[in-house]
Amino acid sequence: MNSTLASLKQLKTLIVVGNGMVGHHCVAQLIERGALEHYRLHVFSEEPMRAYDRVHLSEYFTGRDAESLALSHASLYQTPGVTLHLGAPVLEIDRARREVITATGSVAYDKLVLATGSYPFVPPIDGAQGDSRLVYRTLEDLDAIRGAAANARRGVVVGGGLLGLEAANALKSLGLEAHVVEFAPRLMPVQLDDFGGLALKAQIERLGVGVHLSRATQSISAGEQYRYRMNFANDEFLETDLIVFSAGIRAQDALARQAGLEIGPRGGVVINDECLSSDPDIYAIGECASWNGSLFGLVAPGYQMARGVAALLCGQTAEPFVGADMSTKLKLLGVDVGSIGDAHAHTPGARSYQFIDEASASYRRLVVDASGKQVIGAVLVGDNSYYDTLLQYMQNGIALPSEPAGLILPSSAGAPSLGPGALPESATVCSCHNVTKGSICAAIDSGCADLGLLKAQTKACTGCGGCAGLLKQVFEHELVARGVSVDKSLCEHFAYTRQELYALVRVEGVITFEELLAKHGRGHTGCDVCKPAVGSILASCWNQPIMDASLVPLQDTNDTFMANMQKNGTYSVVPRIPGGEITAEKLIAIGVVAQKYQLYTKITGGQRIDLFGAQLHELPDIWAELIDAGFETGHAYGKSTRTVKSCVGSTWCRYGVQDSVKMALLIEDRYKGLRSPHKLKFAVSGCTRECAEAQSKDVGVIATEKGWNLYIAGNGGMRPRHAELFATDLDDATLIRYIDRFLMFYIRTADKLQRTSVWRESLEGGLDFLKDVILDDSLGLGAELEAQMQLVVDRYECEWANALKDPEKLKRFRTFVNDKRPDPDIHFVHERGQRRPIMAAELNLIPVIEELA
Amino acid sequence: MSQSNTLRNLATWKSVCSESDLVNNSGVVVWYDGAQVALFYLPDAPDQTLYAIDNHDPESGANVIGRGLVGSIKGDLVVAAPIYKQHYRLADGQCLETPQQRLRVWPVRLNAGVVELGVS
Repeated sequence: MNSTLASLKQLKTLIVVGNGMVGHHCVAQLIERGALEHYRLHVFSEEPMRAYDRVHLSEYFTGRDAESLALSHASLYQTPGVTLHLGAPVLEIDRARREVITATGSVAYDKLVLATGSYPFVPPIDGAQGDSRLVYRTLEDLDAIRGAAANARRGVVVGGGLLGLEAANALKSLGLEAHVVEFAPRLMPVQLDDFGGLALKAQIERLGVGVHLSRATQSISAGEQYRYRMNFANDEFLETDLIVFSAGIRAQDALARQAGLEIGPRGGVVINDECLSSDPDIYAIGECASWNGSLFGLVAPGYQMARGVAALLCGQTAEPFVGADMSTKLKLLGVDVGSIGDAHAHTPGARSYQFIDEASASYRRLVVDASGKQVIGAVLVGDNSYYDTLLQYMQNGIALPSEPAGLILPSSAGAPSLGPGALPESATVCSCHNVTKGSICAAIDSGCADLGLLKAQTKACTGCGGCAGLLKQVFEHELVARGVSVDKSLCEHFAYTRQELYALVRVEGVITFEELLAKHGRGHTGCDVCKPAVGSILASCWNQPIMDASLVPLQDTNDTFMANMQKNGTYSVVPRIPGGEITAEKLIAIGVVAQKYQLYTKITGGQRIDLFGAQLHELPDIWAELIDAGFETGHAYGKSTRTVKSCVGSTWCRYGVQDSVKMALLIEDRYKGLRSPHKLKFAVSGCTRECAEAQSKDVGVIATEKGWNLYIAGNGGMRPRHAELFATDLDDATLIRYIDRFLMFYIRTADKLQRTSVWRESLEGGLDFLKDVILDDSLGLGAELEAQMQLVVDRYECEWANALKDPEKLKRFRTFVNDKRPDPDIHFVHERGQRRPIMAAELNLIPVIEELA
Repeated sequence: MSQSNTLRNLATWKSVCSESDLVNNSGVVVWYDGAQVALFYLPDAPDQTLYAIDNHDPESGANVIGRGLVGSIKGDLVVAAPIYKQHYRLADGQCLETPQQRLRVWPVRLNAGVVELGVS
């Protein structure tokens, strides 16, 4: 990539017009394939924002901002040799002079790639203008819809296709009463058949979205109840405050038409198998291209074209574009919809199997060829768990089982799945990035034994993410097939899993790391993997103070100093504030400590206060003052119980039905100090409005008129998971008993650093199995789990109070054991009235001692 | 308890702290002439039991090596940097993950209850 060193005169100019998903993919591919060795790259975008994820556009209304929808980090377009022109539409292509012309001038090109995408088609209807003529394609369109929705009660989408239903979802998430008006007699006429459309309509109507089929809007006039009235034939009408048109897309081919390029019969720049237009220097990719008379409005074929063109421009061989599979799997308004291949059974001789479940409005259709041996299409509404298997059958021509209907029939074991072993090497696992099973195997053969790494190396599952389940199956199957017996050893010192070590500790009553290492491990030191893991197991089982001499060396750095290390080596301190309830006196005490030690303070998400910037030698003094004021350690540093968040509950709230704060205090007091495979978060809400967000916690409790509902295994963070309802209307004692059992069963059976959410998903038998164990005591473990928890509860002691009593333990809290000075390399600056660590860039402004490393 | 045979040509041993300042199987830090030196004491290790290594972590830029967890990886005694978890070999400061990264180490010994650094 040292293109800047080459003489600039040797570089040709490559221009990409359009920075949508496909144009962006082309740029990323060009850079990755070394195009900057040959070209200066200019990218022109009409929109003011760099490429973003249009597939997940409706999430813009449910919390995602523009930047989080961006497809790449901004730095990609800061690569030397790449210039991104935002808000700079290309107005004209001068093919004779080989220049593109924008409002600010012209740029000459050697090669040009058109990736101008498409625009929403709005039928000419009298009276459609302003808020009655909105469209749904760009972030700016969404801003306009948001603006129009501000004072609106009802919104209508014209068009019941894929994008139309997405738009309806967007209106719904803006709080509007949403309606869909479709010209055809069924929803999603391209992808679904009649029964599929009916099932989808039933499901969507249950969600409160109005569906109006076989309606053509003839004019729009002023309404009586709402702003506008949409007039249909037969004097029928529908009133609404805003109208979004999503009646199909048209290729954005205006530039190409003006430049005299050949245009397809249904619009779009005509391209050959190399995506070359009628001009040998101009390519077209994505929705603006017309191949063999067809347009491709999905992201996967667009990406395929982008990859091919990038390869050709880099002088590499590219697979010709020969059309694309338009199979698709979506969640529309929360309803699973899948369409594979010849969904309508248009193929001569095709035969169908159909399954209709009117009770749940589910529908599945399997289309097989005339010989009855191969899958050629399918329609799914209500349950996409059948999709992956059916798609693999079709794409790979796998012979049907003797009872093909079994592929779409419900079974108690869940959707049938084609074992990953049955897939041929050529099977596409990730269609967004065209990753085959063969290339996954190749990555594994070259040493990749980590799923995250595999995704990074092959790009599989980094597009729409739909193949995540299949990818994991293939990955694990291939590892096992290679005899990699998926080594679950903790590390080189213990050939056991965490669960096995837990059992050994428990059964043999092991209380030190040395004893466990001597009996069941190798070597005499351990490492930074097994030491904290065993330290955590010992704490979960016996709950001895972690600062005891034999336990100190096991703890990870945060546990060793009972504080959270921050980036500059200072610590943050979090006193426990049970249930988020705190007296004025205690608030003042925290303030006094923060002021005295100049600590940066921040309210945490768990209803506590975090105090940042303490040096090692200050921790004992800070804690002595906090403990004097009645605080205990908050264990923010441990893989342990963190907080119990609560709403104010029935004592103050007019909606509350139980005293949620009191329950939160009971729970926090019981489980504080409990160490576990990973951190544990709790919450208690006093009514169904759920202000404490209990459904995002490991253990969530929500009050009912009759008692408490228990939710388990939720979490926020990188991969949020909603907690699952586990038991209902429990009294206090039963609630605590079930939480005791649940937590101890998790501690006993989870892998190291595994949150309850991932653990729960890995449980064979799933939620039902867990209910059997915890609620019905199917394994006869209940009493044992409760007793084990009681031991931990009885042995609780604030570790900071324990450490402060013992001068030997305090020895370690010295920045230098031979000098009283603080660390001279720690510098702070003031910002918004508090101290914060100085940034590296700011550090250059002050003299520093020459570094030795 | 002398430590290694490379120490013969050193000019001087300087005392930095007492044996009782050390923490078994863990690290403490001493200030020595403008440098921050982390001391790791592994009383049960077969050969060398005391190690002195630079406290400055080049990856994070913070002085935290002395607060890392000690362990063994494929026979080498190492300390795991507490912020981004690279492993540095106690004997020579070599980073196991980044070959070009190497921490300074000092000769060190226990002499009648006093910890001494070898300085040239």
